[in-house]
Amino acid sequence: MYTVADLKKGLKITLDGDPYVVIAFDFAKPGKGQALYRTKMRNMITGSILDRTYRSGETFEPASLEDRKMQFLYKEDEHFVFMDNQTFEQYHMDEDSVGDAKNYLIDNLPVDLLLFKDKAIAVDVPNFVNLRVTQTDPWVKGDTSGSDSKPATVETGYVLRVPPFIEEGELIVIDTRTGEYSTRVKG
Amino acid sequence: MNVNWSLARKAARLAARAEIVHHTREFFRTEGYLEIDTPLLIPAPAPESHIDAIPAGGLYLHTSPEICMKRLLAADYGKIFQICHCWRSGERGSRHLPEFTMLEWYRAHSDYLDLMTECVNLLRHIVTAYGGTSTISYNGLSIDLQGEWQKISVREAFLIHAGITMEQALEEGVFDELMTEKIEPRLGIRTPTFIYDYPAERGALARLRQDDATVAERFELYIAGMELANAFSELTDAEEQRQRFREESSSRVKRGQSPYPLPGPFLEELDRMPPSAGIALGMDRLIMLLTGAHTIDEVVAFTPEEL
Repeated sequence: MYTVADLKKGLKITLDGDPYVVIAFDFAKPGKGQALYRTKMRNMITGSILDRTYRSGETFEPASLEDRKMQFLYKEDEHFVFMDNQTFEQYHMDEDSVGDAKNYLIDNLPVDLLLFKDKAIAVDVPNFVNLRVTQTDPWVKGDTSGSDSKPATVETGYVLRVPPFIEEGELIVIDTRTGEYSTRVKG
Repeated sequence: MNVNWSLARKAARLAARAEIVHHTREFFRTEGYLEIDTPLLIPAPAPESHIDAIPAGGLYLHTSPEICMKRLLAADYGKIFQICHCWRSGERGSRHLPEFTMLEWYRAHSDYLDLMTECVNLLRHIVTAYGGTSTISYNGLSIDLQGEWQKISVREAFLIHAGITMEQALEEGVFDELMTEKIEPRLGIRTPTFIYDYPAERGALARLRQDDATVAERFELYIAGMELANAFSELTDAEEQRQRFREESSSRVKRGQSPYPLPGPFLEELDRMPPSAGIALGMDRLIMLLTGAHTIDEVVAFTPEEL
């Protein structure tokens, strides 16, 4: 059982028998009034979006989902293919279901695949992944424009802002929860 | 170890923050206010049913400096201000931190209408001194501080934006929801907006209107849909205050929250307090508005999660 204090982006709950994931969450408190928890949730099967406002004291059922350790194998046409590390069973997911995780999927990446009635409906990637920078403009020494970041493309095609000192070919650590650059991999 | 980049890149915002706080102090000094510094650890926070204090070593971290500042008013400190950290348990969102910075000021022989005028002067001063213009640009909006500021009563706001009366909203228990979803986002869009005369039960420390006891002399200031400040004509009737604290306490107990001890010295001295008005303004939010920050996280050096 979850309470409103557990609400956060990514929390998975059951509503009317369907699994939902919280995709946006904010705390609101009209002056001197009670705390309100405004959530936007996505039905993990149909993809439909639901807005709900909760008050403190309300509770939620966790979604009855099965988490399995798998690895990402490869992308085939519009499908992403994963393999269960124990049973070697393969699971396919389309791009929509994979969501932002596609930015971090490189071959053999260990992931948690979420199964609902034996269908893969979501993929959780590690909080931090190492990806190689495939394109970024060089840093002009003595640049005084004052910009503290520049765009870089990594091997999955994902584009993000990195500090100016990052060079092409470098391995960087990305925080997959925010999609932001975290640090560079030394050596 | 590489430099903590998310911290390092806040440098410009933190410099802006320091400057905005400086201009705030400048305004109050020029206006003859005394800056004071009351204890953050207090034995008895004001019992408000929806604000939770954090217990600390048998005392509480204050949720606002209100109780101590009013005791100063009762001892004839006529114009006082304070910029301090306040704590409210469980409040965390894009505009909330459980530890945040409050600007609070009080003036004797004044009411909430005087504070509206002072808000106008304060914000015009800060915004012009900081940004060199009298316009706030936020979230694609351009909010003009120079012209007349909009004023709307809570009653009018419910009729116009929520389509039901304030009384209906209270009766159906949807006052807070409608305020958050329908009304707040529409306030402070072209000019800053004062929304005033809240239902009497929504102002535990506010004076009721003489000509209409169903509402309290209370206003909130909104800019770009964001609540920035909350003000009252202060209640000075100690007996009435004691009664309201009892009611707030019992409503806390009913909801399973622990009651606070009553602030005894405050209640004893309240009768000596001259008619006064007081206001609390969220400094972090003001800094968000002036620096274009979308979340409160961007304007503080550390969020609780980063400690």
